[in-house]
Amino acid sequence: MSALLNIKWQNMAFPFVGLLAFLFFWQIAASQVTTTLGSLPGPVATAQQFMGLVDEHEAEQDKKTAFYQRQEQRNADKLKADPDFKVTVRPYTGRPTFFDQITTSLITVATGFLVASLIAIPMGIILGLNQWMYQALNPVIQILKPISPLAWLPLVTMVVSAVYSSDNPLVAKSFINSAFTVTLCSLWPTLLNTTVGVANIDPDLKNVSRVLKLDPLTHVRKIVLPSAIPMIFTGLRLSLGVAWMVLIAAEMLAQNPGLGKFVWDEFQNGSAQSLARIMVAVVTIGIIGFMLDRGMLQLQKWFSWDKRSELR
Amino acid sequence: MSKTYLDLSAVGMRFKTDKGFFEALVDVNLKIAKGEFISLIGHSGCGKSTVLNLVAGLTEATSGGIILDGREVDGPGPERSVVFQNHALLPWLSVYQNVELAVRQVMKDASKKEIEEKVRYYLSLVQMDHALDKKPHEISGGMKQRVGIARALSMSPKVLLMDEPFGALDALTRAHLQDSVMEIQAELNNTVIMITHDVDEAVLLSDRIVMMTNGPAATVGEILNIDLPRPRDRVELADNPHYHHLRQQVLSFLYEKHSKVTRLKTTKTTKSSAVA
Repeated sequence: MSALLNIKWQNMAFPFVGLLAFLFFWQIAASQVTTTLGSLPGPVATAQQFMGLVDEHEAEQDKKTAFYQRQEQRNADKLKADPDFKVTVRPYTGRPTFFDQITTSLITVATGFLVASLIAIPMGIILGLNQWMYQALNPVIQILKPISPLAWLPLVTMVVSAVYSSDNPLVAKSFINSAFTVTLCSLWPTLLNTTVGVANIDPDLKNVSRVLKLDPLTHVRKIVLPSAIPMIFTGLRLSLGVAWMVLIAAEMLAQNPGLGKFVWDEFQNGSAQSLARIMVAVVTIGIIGFMLDRGMLQLQKWFSWDKRSELR
Repeated sequence: MSKTYLDLSAVGMRFKTDKGFFEALVDVNLKIAKGEFISLIGHSGCGKSTVLNLVAGLTEATSGGIILDGREVDGPGPERSVVFQNHALLPWLSVYQNVELAVRQVMKDASKKEIEEKVRYYLSLVQMDHALDKKPHEISGGMKQRVGIARALSMSPKVLLMDEPFGALDALTRAHLQDSVMEIQAELNNTVIMITHDVDEAVLLSDRIVMMTNGPAATVGEILNIDLPRPRDRVELADNPHYHHLRQQVLSFLYEKHSKVTRLKTTKTTKSSAVA
């Protein structure tokens, strides 16, 4: 029993010590570096700035509620005076706060990643099942795979501008630009890992399927997909990591609202607070990336048929 | 011998390799009656598995042909079900679902209840009805092989093909499963082809033992009729002189006429090293 407690204590203590050491060195190192905007913020300054951002968000939130309340009141009054009055609700157009930016970023990355997965998994299954298709497409994939999101973005922007034009767009162009760039860059790990997973199915199981004369769809559903699940998830986790990294870069360039734009705006702004605010964003990007990966891992554990395998 | 049910005539198989063609099987002729239990025995690499795969339709013969119940074999199908050496159960399905998948394939229009009855029947036949919801990794090797056998039987095959079904099991589990197979055989009277390395197993289970010569260019060497009365009991057979005579004939084929290894001093070591 005490040994068990010990292990639990260890599991808590060592990460804590590591984190503490990191914060300590951050504090020491940051104070040594002086920039034109003052010295680099350490963890304390960053935490303070974070609280500032929270306050800002709350203030903005209050303003928003007040705005809608005023509008509602006004509309009600007008409706009372004139029953035929057509009520129009004007959206609040305040500055997006840090937390609004986070939400936007998450929505964008989710969209791009989801589209990428919906293309990559079926495609990977086809390539894994069909040797000829694989040989035909592999060179193309290998060439497209290493292309940087920064190289894609101008092209994507031009193409989206040309193809997606509407007077009343459902979503902003900048959103499509970044989401599409995320898709382009995060396709590959899922595609390649799914292909490998499908191609390496136990030959005995393939024979079982042949003896049973399973039709192609049942074969994929009952044999191929479950076999390839671990590899598919390896690919998805890698892809999500790539997607998150690409997104920040794309938002900076595409001027799509989001964490990337927040960093860029602060950088251009150059106020005394800017460095600390950028630091908050950097830490936030890291933490969100970590949580996305954990979430994916949880999903994998949930989907995995083999509950014995240790996933990390 | 009664009417031929499964007919292998002049079957040959060669594989293409980097060094040209490799002749695996040459002129294999074998006629099997309905309800017969046939063992294929021979040294490693003699093409036993190739014969089985050809009958299963998993590979295609380069010459000759196989006719089952008046129809030529082209491609695999559930009427020639296979018990794989390493069970080949789908690890993500439960014991029940593994058999259910097979039953569904052969009873496409059956109701849910009919399918369930059938799955339960075959799993009780191999005494695995107590572990319906277990996953393959939760049961022992012998149990997995039982489920593999139930799955193969549940397709109501014309021929049941067993590829060293007990090869990966320990001696006691193996004996237990052999008895089960004999009981099931007495009840269902399937036509069976079984590959084995084990002389005792072959004599105990078979109606005829087909002994194969060594590869390359392997073929049927001798066929031995096992006219021991059924039901057979392994303990009683241990004292049966005729049993020992039959056993001796298989051993002499394998280790005198078609010995594969250079003989060591003691015969016992020769046997075990040849079997391995």
